[in-house]
Parts: sequence; C-alpha cells; structure tokens
Amino acid sequence: MGSDALMDFDKALELFEPVLGFEVHVELSTLTKMFSAAPNPAALDEAHVEPNTCITPLCLGLPGSLPVVNGTAVQYSISLGLALGCQIAPVSRFSRKNYFYPDLAKNYQISQYDEPIAFEGSVQVEMDDGSLVDIPIERAHMEEDAGKLTHVGGATGRIQGAEYSLVDYNRAGVPLVEIVTKPIEGMEHRAGELGRAYVSTIRDMVRGLGISHARMERGNLRCDANVSLRPRGTTPYGTRTETKNVNSFRSIEKAVRYEIQRQAFILAAGGTITQETRHWHEDTGTTSRGRPKSDADDYRYFPEPDLLPVEVSPELIEALRAKLPEQPVMLRRRLRADWGFSDVDFQAIVNAGVMTEVRETIDLGVSPVSARKWWMGELLRIANEKAVEVGSIATPHDVKALQELIDAGRLTDTLAREVVGAMVEGEGTPEEIVVARGLEVVSDDGALLAAIDKALADQPDVLGKIREGKTQASGAIVGAVMSAMRGQADAKRVQALIIERASEGS
Amino acid sequence: MSDLTRLSASDLADALASRSVSSVEATKAHLERIEHTEGHVGAFLARSENALAVAKDSDERRAAGEELSALSGVPIAIKDVLCTTDMVTTAGSRILEGWRPPYDATVVTKLRRAGMVALGKTNMDEFAMGSSTEHSGYQVTRNPWNLSLAPGGSGGGSAAAVAARQAPLAIGSDTGGSIRQPAAFTGTVGVKPTYGGVSRYGVIALASSLDQVGPVSRTVRDAALLHDIIGGHDPHDSTSIPTPWGSMTAAADRGLAASSLQGLRVGIVRELITEGLDPGVKQRFDETVALLGAHGADVIEVEAPHCEYAVAAYYLILPAEASSNLAKFDSVRFGLRVTPGGNPTVEDVMSATRDAGFGDEVKRRIILGTYALSAGYYDAYYASAQKVRTLIQRDFALAFEKVDLLISPSAPTTAFPLGAKMDDPLAMWAGDLTTIPANLAGIPGMSLPMGLSPEDGMPVGLQLMAPAYQDARLYQAGATIERLFYERDGYRVSERVPEVG
Repeated sequence: MGSDALMDFDKALELFEPVLGFEVHVELSTLTKMFSAAPNPAALDEAHVEPNTCITPLCLGLPGSLPVVNGTAVQYSISLGLALGCQIAPVSRFSRKNYFYPDLAKNYQISQYDEPIAFEGSVQVEMDDGSLVDIPIERAHMEEDAGKLTHVGGATGRIQGAEYSLVDYNRAGVPLVEIVTKPIEGMEHRAGELGRAYVSTIRDMVRGLGISHARMERGNLRCDANVSLRPRGTTPYGTRTETKNVNSFRSIEKAVRYEIQRQAFILAAGGTITQETRHWHEDTGTTSRGRPKSDADDYRYFPEPDLLPVEVSPELIEALRAKLPEQPVMLRRRLRADWGFSDVDFQAIVNAGVMTEVRETIDLGVSPVSARKWWMGELLRIANEKAVEVGSIATPHDVKALQELIDAGRLTDTLAREVVGAMVEGEGTPEEIVVARGLEVVSDDGALLAAIDKALADQPDVLGKIREGKTQASGAIVGAVMSAMRGQADAKRVQALIIERASEGS
Repeated sequence: MSDLTRLSASDLADALASRSVSSVEATKAHLERIEHTEGHVGAFLARSENALAVAKDSDERRAAGEELSALSGVPIAIKDVLCTTDMVTTAGSRILEGWRPPYDATVVTKLRRAGMVALGKTNMDEFAMGSSTEHSGYQVTRNPWNLSLAPGGSGGGSAAAVAARQAPLAIGSDTGGSIRQPAAFTGTVGVKPTYGGVSRYGVIALASSLDQVGPVSRTVRDAALLHDIIGGHDPHDSTSIPTPWGSMTAAADRGLAASSLQGLRVGIVRELITEGLDPGVKQRFDETVALLGAHGADVIEVEAPHCEYAVAAYYLILPAEASSNLAKFDSVRFGLRVTPGGNPTVEDVMSATRDAGFGDEVKRRIILGTYALSAGYYDAYYASAQKVRTLIQRDFALAFEKVDLLISPSAPTTAFPLGAKMDDPLAMWAGDLTTIPANLAGIPGMSLPMGLSPEDGMPVGLQLMAPAYQDARLYQAGATIERLFYERDGYRVSERVPEVG
C-alpha cells in the first residue's frame, strides 16, 4: 500500500490521454426500504443506528419473504432521471444479480440490468474557472444496497487476518440509484477537477430534489471512479481500473490524479494495467489493489420473477418533470447574482462543497454574508481539522439559531465561536449550549455598571482622561470590564456605559 | 367419535355450525387418527402443540355467538413449505432442520383468522423438488391405498394425510403438479389456482414464476371452501392479482345443483394423451369423455402443439429460478451450519453447509439452473425456455377460444412403487408432462378422482384446466362431474381407501 511508483502528473499527460467514467450511488431518503417496510436508515438524522434493528424478514433473506417495490423510491428515481436529462422508460424491469457474499442476505441483489428506468442523459457541471462541461449519462437504475461487514481482530480492519466478522443488515435493502456516465474524454489536466465538480453537482442535484441526504461521509453518496489511459494519438481505450468508495470531493480529485500517475508509470515502463477494482485510502492518499474484475464476471442476471415490470405513466413523468427544481449549474449562477458575492467568494463556496448548506441557511432567513461567514469560516475550519465534510458537523438550522442569538445581542462573535465548537462536539443546540455553559452576553446593565464602577475606581487616572474628552482612554476600562465579565459582554455596550458613567460623575 | 374423520370438511362444518359436534371433538378425532395411522403413513413432519387450544377457542367463539368463517373449527394439515411461527418449517430439507420462522405465511394467517385448526406440517420432497415425496430430507410418506407405493409429490404428505383421513383438508403447493399429481395418486381432490390467485408470501420459494398454493381435499366443494379462505389479493406479494374473486363455493354449489353439462365445450389436449399413458388410466379417461358427452358436453380434441417441449422448458426455468432462490441457504443467518476443519473462510462454511444440507435432487437442479443462467448459455437455455413458455401460453389461449374447459388425465400413470424412479430422474420428470403446462401457462388446474384403475385398483385422476382467472369454472364443472361419477359408481373414490394398518 502506498508503494506504487508514480509518474509526474504533467509528464503523464504529455504521454497519455486519460479517459474517465464515474459510477455514483445515491441512497434515497424514502421512509422505508426499496422492497420492504423496514425503516430506511438513510432517511434518519442519527449517524448511529443499533445494528440489525432496521430489518424485516426480507432484509435477512428469510425463506418465504418477498419484495414489493417502494413507489416513492420509483418516483424519486424518475425525478433524478429527469434532472439528469435522461429519458424515462415507460416499462423498466428488475433483475437478480447473483453472487454469494455474507452482506448480501439473499445472495442475490435486486437491481435493474438491461432495462433501467432512466437512460441517455447529460449533466452540465461548472469547473473552477466558471466554464461548463457536459457529462454524458449512460443510465440511472434502481437497486438495493447490501448490508455492512465489520471485520474484527485483524490489525487493519480488513478481512485478511480478521478473527471473525460481524454483519449488520440495516443497510440491506436501502434504495439506491446508480448513475453511470459514458466514457469522458478530453479533460486532460482537469480530469480530477472534473470528478470533484461532477460529484458535487450530483450532490447538489439530489439535495435540491430532496431525495437523498447525500452525506458522503455516511455513504449516502458514493463514487467509483474509472480511469484509463491511452497513448497520445491512439483511439482504443486503455484498460481501466475502478477506484471504489471515494467518499469526499477532494478525494475524488486526488484519486483520479493518483490513478493517472500510477497507470502512466506502469505503461511507460512497458507494463500492462490489470482490470481491477482499487481501494482509495484517505489517510495515505493512495489506492491499493482490490479484486480483479473482468467484463465476463458472471452474475447470472435474469428477470426478477417476484416482481412485475415497473410501469410508469406519461402523466406521472410529466407531473414530476413539472416539479423539477433548477439545474444545479443554473441555480449557482442565479444565486451568485442574488447573494451579491464576488466570483472569487462564490467559487470558494462551491469548491468547499458548502453551496447547499449556505443556500439552505439563507433560505431560512439568515443574511448571505452571515451564512457565508459561518460555513466558510469556523465550520469549515473545524471540518478541515477533523477531515470530514462540513455538512456533517452542523445543519443550516444550527447556523440560523446561532446567528439569531448574535442578532439578538445575546452572543458576541467570539462567544459564538465557542458555541460552534461545543455544537460540533454534540453538546446540543446553540441555545442549549449557551444556557449550559453560561455563555450568554451579560446585558444586565446593573452587572456591567458594577464592573465599570470597580474598574474606574481601580484606575482613577483613566476616569480623569475620559472626563477630559479623551474617550480612547476608555479602552483600558473596557478591557478590564470584559475580563471581569469573562468575555460575556458586548464591548460596544460596555464602552457606551463607561462614557455615560464618567459623564454622570463629572 | 372416530367417525368424524369420515366427514367431508363441508359436512363437518355443518355439524360444527349446528353445534352437534364441537371443534375440540373433531380435532381430537383427527389427532387420534393421526396417532393411529401415522406410523404407517408418515405424512407429518411436525405436529401442532396447540391444536386443541385453537379448537377450544373456535368453540368458545361459536358459543358466544360470534360470526365465524365457514371452516372455523375445521382441522387442516399444512405443507411444510409454508412458514408457521408455531411449528418448525423445513420445506423437507435438512438445511432448515429445526427452523422456526418469525412470521406466518399469508395463507397461514388467513387460516388462523378463519379459526381453522392446524394439526401439523406435512412431508414433501425437499424444497418441493420431486414427484414422489421420496426426496424428503426426513422420512418416507406412504400411499394410504398401498403402503408400498409412493403418494406422489412433492405434496405427498398433504395428499396422504387427507386420503388417510388424518385431516379433512390440507394446504399444498404446486410448481409443476405437486398438488394435482399426489391428488391423483391418492384419490383426493387438488387444485392449483390461477397464478397470482393465492399469496406466495411466506411460502418457501421453489420457482417463483410457477409456484402456487392451493387446497387438497376429498371433495370438490371442500376444496372450494378452502380456496375461498386462502385466496385473494395480498399486498405482500407483488405477483398477487388485485382484482376480486367470486366465490368458489358458490360455483361448486351451482355445479352440484345442475343436472347436466349441457352446452359445455370441453377440449381434450391431444398432446397430453401420449403413448406413455397406463392402459388403466386411458380406459378411465375414455369412459369419462363418454360420460361427459352423454350428459350434454360438447367434447372435441384440441391442439397445444408446444406442450411437446413443456417438460424440457420447465426443467430449465424451474432450476434457473431455484438456483437463485436457494442461494439464501448459506448458514449465515439461519438454518444448518457446517464448519469444516482447519481455518475455514466463510465461503468454505457456506460450501460445506450446502453440501451437507441439500439432497441430491436439489443439488442436481441447482447445478442445472446455474448452468442454464450462465453467460454464453443464457440465450440457448433460459431465454429459449421462456420463449417456449410464451408459445404454450399462446397454445392455451387459442384452445380456450374454442372450448370452455380442457381435460386430460392428471398423471400418465397411477401411483408407482416407492423406489421405482429414484435412480432415474428423467423418468421421474417425464411423469410431470400432464401437469406442467398449466404452471407454465399460469392457468388453474384441478385433479379429481375419476375411478380406480382396472389394472391395479389404484385411484386415477382427471385433470380439468380453465383459462386464467376462471378458477370458478373448475369448481362448477368439477362438482358436476364428481357427482356424475358418484351416481355412476355409487361411491366416492376416497371412501374406498383401505383401512390403514
């Protein structure tokens, strides 16, 4: 792991042209699962759900259990297909993908194979420099997620060397839409950037549609990046690798670049690329070999006999089309104008992946400047420190609550930062934290005046200067009062009171 | 009161309704009958521990004046392929030995709601794969008519229990004849409803697109009473038909009241009258054709040319679906677990478990189905078989433009000796020719006794088939034909079963 020899990125692109492809899995936030009435953990706010509590006989693959298609999941999938510019199949079909794995309770996955619900689309994404790129979409199909294995006893948490494994079927049957792009050529140096921009656009899209929580750190949105290289001037695609489960925007960019550099080194040395899956390691920024994968993998697909074909009426398609929100790129351009940010500031928001959060915060009534301040400031700093997505540490409602406390004069910016820190640690809502930690600004003039009188008495010379009109001298008293109040006072109010007090006594 | 076991379900229900008999008495009579005969027959894999409590509850409800279902308090046996929370459910397989499902099949729920008294779970070929019940992972079930003969399969347990008067009614499941062929072999009545007519939820799947649950009884009207209880739409089964069904009992009553078959257009499926028919079966069938004609039916011969390929297509579609349906038996979450020595991987454990837990016939079909679905073979096998299926459906649709009802012998032979076909799977499969087409076409089929074979004195079954959704037509015509046989012979075939043991 991490021992791969890499070619310099620029040199790699001199010799080879990268061809990309992305498979994005979106967990839908329907109340129940794809084929059963089990609660859908992807719809819950809690990050942790006790293992094997969101399950029905179907999730466990118990004998005699049968699937029933979740109609809401179908509607969500159609909406997503339409947002991807796809055609919607009036009749689509589920198939069984057969393979044995302990996290797959039935030992087959119900998925759409040769008749997906949506196909032939295109998505516009905006690059860092504001230019637009059209990503061709091959298909978007519905399927069910698998359960989760935890390998216990090994040093690495991987199956090799583990003493035993635990399986949690809560995720088994969570509704998924898998979005598959066509091969993307001509991205050159921007290959990695494109991956980041594409996945962030899909994230904005599904959040805008309200069909997924799209939290990458929880696996609501997962990206597999396919990369192949072909020597300059040649046509046939090279052998591709599929880097699985790259779970942050930054990592997608890094993983694509890494694979380009790794493959270029091998090819330039006369080697060949093995068609395989690769695992992305967030900690080392490298990929390692997964399992070999060939196009001839035999999943023995056949039409799922327990389900009828999914029939969609033109009326339903049109009704869902009419409800589509703005396309992410168009929305961005409009918001940039509405919010009055500079191009640089706006792009920074996009690049930081907090567009949706900022927007939802503004929609809640917070001013654009304040919304930007929190998401791009303290929250982003903490997220970076913790190496998590910023959307995972706070919600737009949290920011609204925080800003309201400031606007009401109950918190200073400095106190608010302490509240944010506590909020991220899960101590509660801003209001609860303020109360619990006793952080509220002291707006009781009586308490402030007592502190001011004490400070003035301690520094009689300052009082004189103030009375002489040297108001800047009050700074020393403000400092003393703020210190006495342990920062829990509004400095401007303190200063006003000092002037008032000084003039009273003259 | 052991006479209670001689009553039809219909008569027993009447006796319960008039309160001349209690459900507890009826249930005790059947439990005693099971006690007395089970050592010879071997129909049950599990017996209910709360049958008498359920019977008592029915009696109390009746005494309290509650409105009860037509079959409240009537005992019933349930094929072990249906999930029951109160009884171990194995589908006849060692891989599920001791498994208690956490949920009831919809059909079982309906039986409970109807106040019926489940006596136990009946033996079957493992996962319903077989035509003699000899592929059970547990025990042999013997034909009550002759204990050296097979009761048919896969539902030999249900058919034998009803024939031996261990229960007046039973639930069966029919993927390629598993209700109808055992009915023919044991002189009972068995119905495979229209595909989608009865819920498959909680029924351990063999081949999802072919499986259908149905009633086993000693009279056509009894089957109709049970059909009315178990049938109807189930939102838990996507292939369940949402449109409402008429009463099968009312149809049977119309058939019993009618004096003739005047104007009924009956087709004999030429392809199902093969040279492989036992002469005794052929003779009884020819007599039946004459009898129907004599009572006003217009009997003609019709073609269903693709039935020639039915067995071949069936033995690709079924194993293909079964290979996938049976993948869940991997030891991870339930059922048998065999851990080989050394330092086994999960794959090793799955493999050892499946090797130990599945019988030969199951392995045979899993291998066949896996092969038929494999890349490069799919089109030649599975896809072609599905095309044949479509052609057979078309054959039947065309035939039903000319006739109201199709008839054939239910099975080419009468019951065969235990062991006779165990070493020859192809011979075992060939016997399914007459019943398979109805499953492939999704249409309803009924087997009712049409007399005893002059060759061996064993029961011979008549199969009726109707268009999809026209199950009522089977009950109406079946009840009439059953009465004509009775008037002709002076007895019901099921009454002639020898005293067991």
